Amino acid sequence: MRTALRAIAATAALLAPFASHAHKMWLLPSATVSTVDQWITVDAAVSNDLFYFNHVPLRLDSLAITAPDGSKVNAENPFTGKYRSVFDVQLKQNGTYKVALVNNGLFASYEENGQRKRWRGNAEKFAKEVPADAKNLEVSESVGRVETFVTAGKPTEGALKSANVGLELVPLTHPNDLYAGEASKFRFLIDGQPAANLEVVVQAGGTRYRNDQEEQKLKTDAKGELAVNWPTPGMYWLETGSEDQKTSLKQAKQRRLSYVATFEVLPQ
Amino acid sequence: MRTITKLASAMLLIGSSCAAFGTELNLKLTIPRPDVAEYHRPYLAVWVENQDQSAAAQLAVWYQTDTKKEDGTQWLKDLRQWWRRGGREIQMPVDGVTGATRPAGEYTLSFKNTDKQLATLAPGKYNVVVEAVREVGGRELLRVPFEWPGTRKQTATAQGKSELGAITLNITP
Repeated sequence: MRTALRAIAATAALLAPFASHAHKMWLLPSATVSTVDQWITVDAAVSNDLFYFNHVPLRLDSLAITAPDGSKVNAENPFTGKYRSVFDVQLKQNGTYKVALVNNGLFASYEENGQRKRWRGNAEKFAKEVPADAKNLEVSESVGRVETFVTAGKPTEGALKSANVGLELVPLTHPNDLYAGEASKFRFLIDGQPAANLEVVVQAGGTRYRNDQEEQKLKTDAKGELAVNWPTPGMYWLETGSEDQKTSLKQAKQRRLSYVATFEVLPQ
Repeated sequence: MRTITKLASAMLLIGSSCAAFGTELNLKLTIPRPDVAEYHRPYLAVWVENQDQSAAAQLAVWYQTDTKKEDGTQWLKDLRQWWRRGGREIQMPVDGVTGATRPAGEYTLSFKNTDKQLATLAPGKYNVVVEAVREVGGRELLRVPFEWPGTRKQTATAQGKSELGAITLNITP
């Protein structure tokens, strides 16, 4: 009995870090400073280490690429392998592109004929697919974004407009104008309103080649703003999240919000 | 009294424009020839920088302009300080500014205050910046200060270590 308990405790301890803090999701562009008509290629993966694909790929189903003029662009050559997804984008316009994975979903679990059932989908499907009399029904909603930014020529603002849905970043410093040794300012919004006291983690890539995680833990002010200092040039990962009860479905009690971005910080 | 002040400031204006008349900016720069197996001529940019590092005037950009080769504008971003400070906003080519890459050697660039590159440069303190970057090579940036138009002859020098040799700036009022 004691052994069994120990085994359970050990298993729980092993699982706990992953349950409480999921692996990191990220997009990694081959370049962020480019010129018109050039191509970029982007990796999309989930891992603990930045930026190494060694766990699972990030699915591309919800990929949304916004061109400088606000129009949508299709990814070319999409591929999902064992550890990463990859796609190419041709920068046909001058200006800044936003590359994003936007995931909005409902998750339900309930009992049917004594069996535990899991379900995911949207509000419309929920009414059709989940039995109205489902026992022990638990529903949660999740709204998440994983983003990165790439500019051909002069940086522009057209693709950076917020959708005012879920948790979003509004760059006060242009996301392709970040330099080591200079502070950059960002504002965070939840449904278009400033997100105050939001905990934000910033971490440089290359974690495989150093001992410490070197996470910067920051917090937004009353205006939802914060300043990030980049100690060295390189690719950086930024993550933040929150929870509230503003669900789109009355059965859902909780809404989880998450935001991730990859930034390239340039040398002076 | 008022008339006298007006007259005095008018004379001052005439005076300062007289001083500026004929002001010349000469920049001597050296492109070294490193001893390497694979050598490509460097991309090179020369511009006038304000005190806040924004660009005040573009003087020269040498890049791969051969239309028979791959589009050379795609590597202009590698002149990364120049790119940030205005290069990315310029439609290439620019008459009187842009040209083909040059081999190793010594070059002199000369501009008069009446030339279009400097015609709109307001009196003040500036730097001349020279940035060079070479394919499969390195990058180097040098800056030298000057006052425009200044009241007497000015000379400023800087010494490169890798992609640039010596640069010498002369301002002759």
